[in-house]
Amino acid sequence: MRRRGLLATSAALATFPRPAGAGCPEPRGTGDLLVVVERARGSVLVAESTRRTILGRIEGLGDLSHASMVFSRDARYAFVFGRDGGLSKVDLVERRLRARIVQAGNAIGGAIGRDGRIVAVANYEPGGVRLFDAESLDPLLEIPAIGADGRRSKVVGLVDTADGGFAFALFDAGEIWLLDVTDLAEPRITRFAGVGSLPYDGNVTADGRFYLAGLFGEDGVVLVDLWHPEAGARRILDGYGRGEAPLPVYKMPHLEGWGTAGEHLFLPAVGRHEVLAVDRRSWREAARIPVLGQPVFVVVRPDGREAWVSFAHPDNGKIQILDLERFAVAATLSPGRAILHLEFTPRGDQVWLSARDDDRVIVMDPRRREVLAHLPAEKPSGIFSTARAHRIGS
Amino acid sequence: MRERAAVAFALLLAALGRAQAESAPAALAPARAAELVHLLRHDCGSCHGLFLKGGLGPPLSPSALAGKDPQALVLTVLEGRAGTPMPPWKGLLDEAEARFLVDLLLAGRVP
Repeated sequence: MRRRGLLATSAALATFPRPAGAGCPEPRGTGDLLVVVERARGSVLVAESTRRTILGRIEGLGDLSHASMVFSRDARYAFVFGRDGGLSKVDLVERRLRARIVQAGNAIGGAIGRDGRIVAVANYEPGGVRLFDAESLDPLLEIPAIGADGRRSKVVGLVDTADGGFAFALFDAGEIWLLDVTDLAEPRITRFAGVGSLPYDGNVTADGRFYLAGLFGEDGVVLVDLWHPEAGARRILDGYGRGEAPLPVYKMPHLEGWGTAGEHLFLPAVGRHEVLAVDRRSWREAARIPVLGQPVFVVVRPDGREAWVSFAHPDNGKIQILDLERFAVAATLSPGRAILHLEFTPRGDQVWLSARDDDRVIVMDPRRREVLAHLPAEKPSGIFSTARAHRIGS
Repeated sequence: MRERAAVAFALLLAALGRAQAESAPAALAPARAAELVHLLRHDCGSCHGLFLKGGLGPPLSPSALAGKDPQALVLTVLEGRAGTPMPPWKGLLDEAEARFLVDLLLAGRVP
């Protein structure tokens, strides 16, 4: 009897093996994780927001000076895009590097398709988009970004779209392309040429319907309705600077992290110390909120009531909190030196800020605006919540 | 950790000393020089790459800059380049500071 019990136990163990090896961490979910890029060290920190601790560091990811990442649909893996063209697949459960390739000379970011099978990377050198198998990182497809001018262009603002494809912008050529990879053997590209000068970034609304690209070379934003691509690309917020000489921009703004609150979408103006509120139905400017410097990230709190704004050098030690009901600055904080990025936890109980020159991540309560924790990190930059695994366009 | 930082700082000072000794139109205070190197890596680096191999902006390696007139580069830093995202840095840097950075770049001696 006793013997049989033992046998039953070992059979159960064989079916559901525990992770082997000494010191193997207790299995835990990934839903509360944030991954922090350590830009100079070429590593990422895996941290959790329940107890606000760092679980581990994964090294050897190359040049992460402008790194971003996307997550597999099960939020087990992060795909990290490095400046040096590196694409690294990081296992957040075992906290180790699973695979790594160097797929270009110079890259800016990437996206993962809706079904989780394709990882796409936006490259500066050579300009274009490359697609990889998310399982193996084997190459699937290369799309050289050759604009109407016949020249190869840097690619920016690459996102996944609701139909399973991708959208991106050609920085040098001033174009927006939609990539349909329903049949990988016959990819289809819809090109919108001559949309405006120097699109610097692009993003898709949370519902996946609208792709917007911000222009650096002129005051305006380009909008493509992905439900009606046949209607073409359309210019919105045209001439928002109204002839004023633009102020110097010491760091390119980002559209990543933007958000909608009620009927409005909030964007950083370029060369103006303002955040623009756009009406999502008419796509007209609804308000502009004066802020203290060149905004870089305008990140809406998950409940949509406030947005936290970070700034370009030399104002990058400050954060302004916008009241989105009143379109006004509600508070100005000086949380640390060189705040490069910020990320809310999915339900907005915490906001994590990377303070590059303080070598730490600051965790704050967004409502009370109080510091909850400091986590040591070496020259931290981007912070990415695994909740992005379940969002279109992130 | 502290030792490593000290060694790194010593190397930084040595590199700055070398770069200044070679061109050195103006003596920058060591603290300001260290600030400028930090600015070059991290803020110029946001477009030109942390390792200055390029990004949205062109690479700033000695080979990429070879043959360019140093004074023209100083002007580019101070005035920016119209039609590109390169901003004018003259509100934040004076000419001697711009020259210091250009010399570091041309010599390939960014610590």
